[in-house]
Amino acid sequence: MIKITSAIAGVATAILATSAFAGAHGDTTLGQVQAKGFVQCGVSQGLPGFSNADDAGNWAGIDVDLCRAVAAAVFGDASKVKFTPLSAKQRFTALSSGEIDILSRNTTWTMTRDTQLGLNFAGVNYYDGQGMMVPAGLGAKSALELDGANICTNTGTTTELNITDYFRANNMSFNLVAYEKADEVVAAYDAGRCDVYTTDRSGLAAQRTKLTSPDAHVVLPEIISKEPLGPVVRQGDDNWFNIVRWSLNAMINAEELGITAANAASMANDNNPSVKRLLGTEGNFGEELGLSNDWAMNIVTQVGNYGESYERHVGLNTPIKLARGVNNLWSQGGILYAAPIR
Amino acid sequence: MLGSIVFGLWWIVENTVTNLATQNKSVGFGFLSQSAGFQISTTLGTWLFDYEAGSSTYLDVYYIGIVNTFVVAFFGIFAATALGFTLGIMRLSQNFVLRAFSTAYIEITRNVPLLLQLFFWYFAVLRSLPNRRGKIEIFEGAAGINITGLYLPAPIPAEGFSATMIALAIAIAITMGINRFARIRQHETGKPFPVFWVGTGVLVLIPLAVFLVTGSPLSWEFPEFRETGPILRRGYQDGMGMLIIPEMMSVWLALTLYTAAFIAEIVRAGILAVNKGQTEAALSLGLKQGKVLQLVIIPQAMRIIIPPLTSQYLNLTKNSSLAVAIAYPELVSVFAGTALNQVGKEIEMIFMMMSVYLTFSIVTALFMNWFNSKVKLVER
Repeated sequence: MIKITSAIAGVATAILATSAFAGAHGDTTLGQVQAKGFVQCGVSQGLPGFSNADDAGNWAGIDVDLCRAVAAAVFGDASKVKFTPLSAKQRFTALSSGEIDILSRNTTWTMTRDTQLGLNFAGVNYYDGQGMMVPAGLGAKSALELDGANICTNTGTTTELNITDYFRANNMSFNLVAYEKADEVVAAYDAGRCDVYTTDRSGLAAQRTKLTSPDAHVVLPEIISKEPLGPVVRQGDDNWFNIVRWSLNAMINAEELGITAANAASMANDNNPSVKRLLGTEGNFGEELGLSNDWAMNIVTQVGNYGESYERHVGLNTPIKLARGVNNLWSQGGILYAAPIR
Repeated sequence: MLGSIVFGLWWIVENTVTNLATQNKSVGFGFLSQSAGFQISTTLGTWLFDYEAGSSTYLDVYYIGIVNTFVVAFFGIFAATALGFTLGIMRLSQNFVLRAFSTAYIEITRNVPLLLQLFFWYFAVLRSLPNRRGKIEIFEGAAGINITGLYLPAPIPAEGFSATMIALAIAIAITMGINRFARIRQHETGKPFPVFWVGTGVLVLIPLAVFLVTGSPLSWEFPEFRETGPILRRGYQDGMGMLIIPEMMSVWLALTLYTAAFIAEIVRAGILAVNKGQTEAALSLGLKQGKVLQLVIIPQAMRIIIPPLTSQYLNLTKNSSLAVAIAYPELVSVFAGTALNQVGKEIEMIFMMMSVYLTFSIVTALFMNWFNSKVKLVER
């Protein structure tokens, strides 16, 4: 009895000690990042175009670029990032326990996550939504032509509900075949079990590259749900939150102002004051963030603006082939709208 | 010691309640009457409960899960037993080819993880079938198969069909009576009675006669195949005939083939455990090989076979939960998977699910125990 009690007491003490340690961040996140010399970034376990490692272990994707942008802003060196691949289940725990500094892993911004998990979403770097993919041979041009279809998807997500709602709302019949894991969904769809594969559109584009003949499938234009994906930080460190938010805003503003990796240096003395403020030749916006004034200049020259990053990883010239769509600038017919730097 | 266990349990319950409260979660089964807003693929369960997304409740989802689990376990147990006994006897055969085949089969099947076999059979089935717009006809116009499943005629009982069912029940009772009479008569007079032939005759003829007299009150609904029209509407039509989806076929196939290997080993062990003297004695009495097996060896082997066989049945039932991986909508998939993610009542739902498996297992075990007590050696 005494032994058990003392064992319980020991375990309890250990738990208290670790939670106290995890709770005490002594320093700010920026301070810790600067002290260790790199940004620890949580990414996916492999979603082509968003965060995916090549054979040599080099990470690439628009989620990865966001972390590189933060590193460029903090250190003036976009390569000072280390990546932690995380599953959907592990991601929030890894962030709140302090294992990573930013979570940039195609994570949907929802109210529950924002308000109940002790996290803050620093913005949206990809506006996604649930879509549908069909074999081109089916000849369907719209999801409204899918009456009577067999549909494959993942179980245990909101996708099942969204698709059922959509078909019911449009008075169409369908059969749903729900698998536990994405790999089986792709394999079954590829084998012809279903006429339609439904998940987030970015996921469709990425999984499509795994099909036997990716070009023989088309993604239909309808988007049946809202899935805004963005970077996440812990609550309680507003300065770090600002650095991540404005690193993303700097990339979007740079595209809007026509600043690219190639012309950034020459545009630093442009007549446009907005350009000057962004590139640090006017005002001291960087210092207000606790960084140097050339913070955004470093982001743009080393990572590029949002459009460059997009075209490099998921654009029409990549295997993912996602058109800009709503992810275009507000001035180009999309909904990307970054607050101004002034 | 007891105190610390009670304290531990109390601590767990207290902790659970506190944690649920901090997450603003309530405890209760009220969610069962809420309507479920997701689609479930067509199976026996959805057909029995007339499932429709949006109007059916989570309780219906629960029942559908139970029915689908039960169906695959039930047919799996039957097929695995038949195949397992065949393989087990083959393994002891004098014929080299039969023996070698059985040995190879058993060693391969029971040494590969069941989940892998499930995937193998599922994708083997999918890849070998024609697509949705095509078909392989099994019986012209009546039965066919393609990637969306096996389509069979569905029986539609009309009014008066219940008389045939009652006749069948009476026939079963009569057969059991004949069986008892034959055993007593053989015991007393030594004369054998052709129970098998008489029993089969009774079982077939009585219900058939009633069926014909009441005017054949059963019609068949045949599957309908369209080759024209909108491309998504071609192929077999929903709701016509009986559909067995490929997910169910593969789960059943994988569970059967896997469990049969274990049953074969149990059967072999049971037969080998019967003393060789029994065979020799029976042969010296002038019984033929087949009769020796049927009357002397198998009855004695059964009492060794049944207890481990029960375990295999329980395993098969529980293994059916792996079907979630290949989209067969059984209990774990639809109730503890999809429904749980929508409702979030982890404790209640997992508890309900465990109760089902526990009930299935206990019923199976009770039946097998009863059967065991029937065949065990009666010592005088």
